[in-house]
Amino acid sequence: MTTALFYLFAALLIGSALFVVLNRNPMYSVVALVFGFANLAGIYFLLEAYFIGALQVLVYAGAIMVLFLFVVMLLDVKPDKPRRGLVHLDRWWFAILVVLFLGLLLGIVPGAVRLITSVPAGHEADIGNVERVGQALFTSYLLPFEVAALLLTVALIGTVFLAKRKI
Amino acid sequence: MTWLDINSTLPELIILATALLLLMLEVLSTPPRNSFIWVALAGMGLSLASVLGTPLSGNYYGNMIALSTFTRFIDVITIALVMCTFLFSAPYLRRTLEERGEYYALILFAAVGMMLMAKAHDLTMTFLGLELLSVPLYILAGFYRNRISSNEASIKYLLLGAFSTGFFLFGIALIYGSIGSTNYDIIQQAIVNGQELSRGLTLAGFALLLIGFAFKVALAPFHMYAPDVYQGAPTAITAFLSTGPKVAAFAALLKLVIVVFAVTTRHWWGVMWLLSVLTMTVGNVTALVQDNLKRMLAFSGVAHAGYLAIGILVGTSDGAFGLLFYLAIYSVTTLVAFGLVALVEREQEDGLEVSSYRGLAQKNPFIAAAFALALLSLAGFPPTAGFTAKFFVFNSAVEAGYIWLVIIAVINSLISVYYYLRPVVAMYMREPEDDRRVTLPPITVPALVLLVLVALGLGIMPFTLVQSGVSAAASLF
Repeated sequence: MTTALFYLFAALLIGSALFVVLNRNPMYSVVALVFGFANLAGIYFLLEAYFIGALQVLVYAGAIMVLFLFVVMLLDVKPDKPRRGLVHLDRWWFAILVVLFLGLLLGIVPGAVRLITSVPAGHEADIGNVERVGQALFTSYLLPFEVAALLLTVALIGTVFLAKRKI
Repeated sequence: MTWLDINSTLPELIILATALLLLMLEVLSTPPRNSFIWVALAGMGLSLASVLGTPLSGNYYGNMIALSTFTRFIDVITIALVMCTFLFSAPYLRRTLEERGEYYALILFAAVGMMLMAKAHDLTMTFLGLELLSVPLYILAGFYRNRISSNEASIKYLLLGAFSTGFFLFGIALIYGSIGSTNYDIIQQAIVNGQELSRGLTLAGFALLLIGFAFKVALAPFHMYAPDVYQGAPTAITAFLSTGPKVAAFAALLKLVIVVFAVTTRHWWGVMWLLSVLTMTVGNVTALVQDNLKRMLAFSGVAHAGYLAIGILVGTSDGAFGLLFYLAIYSVTTLVAFGLVALVEREQEDGLEVSSYRGLAQKNPFIAAAFALALLSLAGFPPTAGFTAKFFVFNSAVEAGYIWLVIIAVINSLISVYYYLRPVVAMYMREPEDDRRVTLPPITVPALVLLVLVALGLGIMPFTLVQSGVSAAASLF
C-alpha cells in the first residue's frame, strides 16, 4: 500500500514538475507547482515526517505559492510564444545540456536504485514529530538555525532598502 | 552549547553587534552620518583583536564549525579586506550619495558569511555561510538605486547566483542521499571506507558543489556574470565583490577538497585541470581588448581564479600554502586597485577608460605609483609579491607533476603583462588630456600603506607571511 502510494505521489510530482518547466503559460506553471508541492508533502507523510509534511503544505503550497500567484497576476505576464526552427542556437545548447543531464542521471540512478532496495523498512517511529524536530534545531543544529535567522534579517533589510521609494 | 562555543564565534558576534548598532544608528540618525565609518572600523578592529587574542582550535557547536590556524588566517584576510573596503567607500559615498548605515552593515554581514564559510565543518554551514556572503552582495551591487547599470548588476547577480545556489543545494542533497550525513568527518570516513550507497552519487554531488563554488569564484565557463556585475556595481563595492567571495569560496573549497574529497582526486582532477586552463585563458585573452578599467580588472580577476584553481588541484600541503599565500596577495592588491579606480572615477561613471589615466603621474604621483605597483604585482613582476605568489603556486604544481598546466599558466602570465602595462604606460608616458584634479583622501592612506607592505614588502621579504601560511596550510591536514 505505502509503496504503491509512494510511486503514485512520485509520478505525479515528476509529472507536475515537467509541466512547470515545459508549459508556456506562467499561470499554469504556478498552479502545477502548487500541485507538485502537495505531492511532495504526500511523500513526507508516507515517511512519517508529519510535521515537515504539514509545514510543506502550510508554508510552501500555502503561503509562498499564493504570493507567487499574486505576483504573476499583478505582473500580468503573457504566455510565451513558441519558437520555431531546429537550427535555433538555443536548441543546440538545449541538446548539449540534455546529454550532460543524462550523464549525471547515469551517475545517480544506480545509487538511487540501491537506496530504494537496500534501506531497511523499519525506522524510528517518532522521527517527524514536532518535539524531535525542535530538539534537533536547538541542539545539534543551533548554529545553522541562528545563521539562517541572520540570513532572513539581511534579506529583509535588503528588500526594504531596495524597494522602498524614500527611506 | 557552552561558553566555549560562544567564545569560538566571538569575532563574528562582535561584527554582528557592530552591524546591528549601525542599523540602529541609521534609524535614530542623531549622530552625524560621517561617523558611521568609524563605528564600523572600530568593530572590525575589535574583531581582529579577538581573532588574534583567542587562539582556539577544535570543533565547536556540535561539529558544525572547526577552528584552526587556517580559519584564523582567513579571518585576518577577511578583516583586512573589509577594513580596506570601508576606507575606499567613505570618500566614494560622500561624493556620490549620502552615507548610509545599511551600506556598512551589509558589508559586515557579508564578512560574517566569509568567516563562517572557512570555519564550516558541515555542508549545512558551508551553504549558510555562502548565502550570508552572497545576499548582502546582491543588495550592495544595486546600492545606487537610480543607476540603471547598478540595477542591472544587482538583478543579474541575484538571478544567476540563485541558480548556482540551486546547484550547490542539489549537490548537498545527493551527498546526503549517498552517505546520510552532511558532516565533513563522517563523509570523509564513508568515502575512505567505501560506505556510500554509490560512488557515482557522491561524485555527482561533489560535481554540483563544484559548480556552486565555480560560480562564486568566477571560474570559466561560470564567469559570464562577472564583467557586467563588476562594471555595474558601485566601484567601492566592486572592490569587495571581486575579492571577498573569491577568498571565502576558495578557502571553503580548499578545506572541502583536502578534508573530504582528497581520496577521490583521480576522478575529478581532469575537470579541475580543464576549468583552470579555460579560466586563465578566457580571462587573460578577453582582458586584452577591454578599455574600461573595471571590466579589465574583472577579467583579470577571472584569470587569477584560474591560477588559484591550480592550488586546489595540487592538493598537497605545498599547494594549499601556495593557494593561501596567493589569496592574501591577490585579494589585497585587487581590492586596492579597484579602490584607486574609484578615486579616479568621475560623476556618472565617467573616467573609467584607460585614456582617462593619461598623465595621472603628473596629476597625482601617489595614486599613480600605488596603481602601478598594484598592476605590476597582479602581472607578477619579480620584486613584487605577485611574482612570489605565482612562484609558490606554480612550484607546487610542478612538484605534483602538472608540468603542462604550469607551462600554460606561465604563457598566460606573459599575455597578461600587456593589459596590465597599458594603464601604467598611459599614466607615466602620456600627457594629461585635461586639468581635472585627482585628490587622494587622507582616509585611504592606510589602505595604500597596506598595499605597499603586501605587494612590495612581502615580495622582498616573503618569509614574514610564509611562516603563518605554512602553519595555516598544515592545520588542514
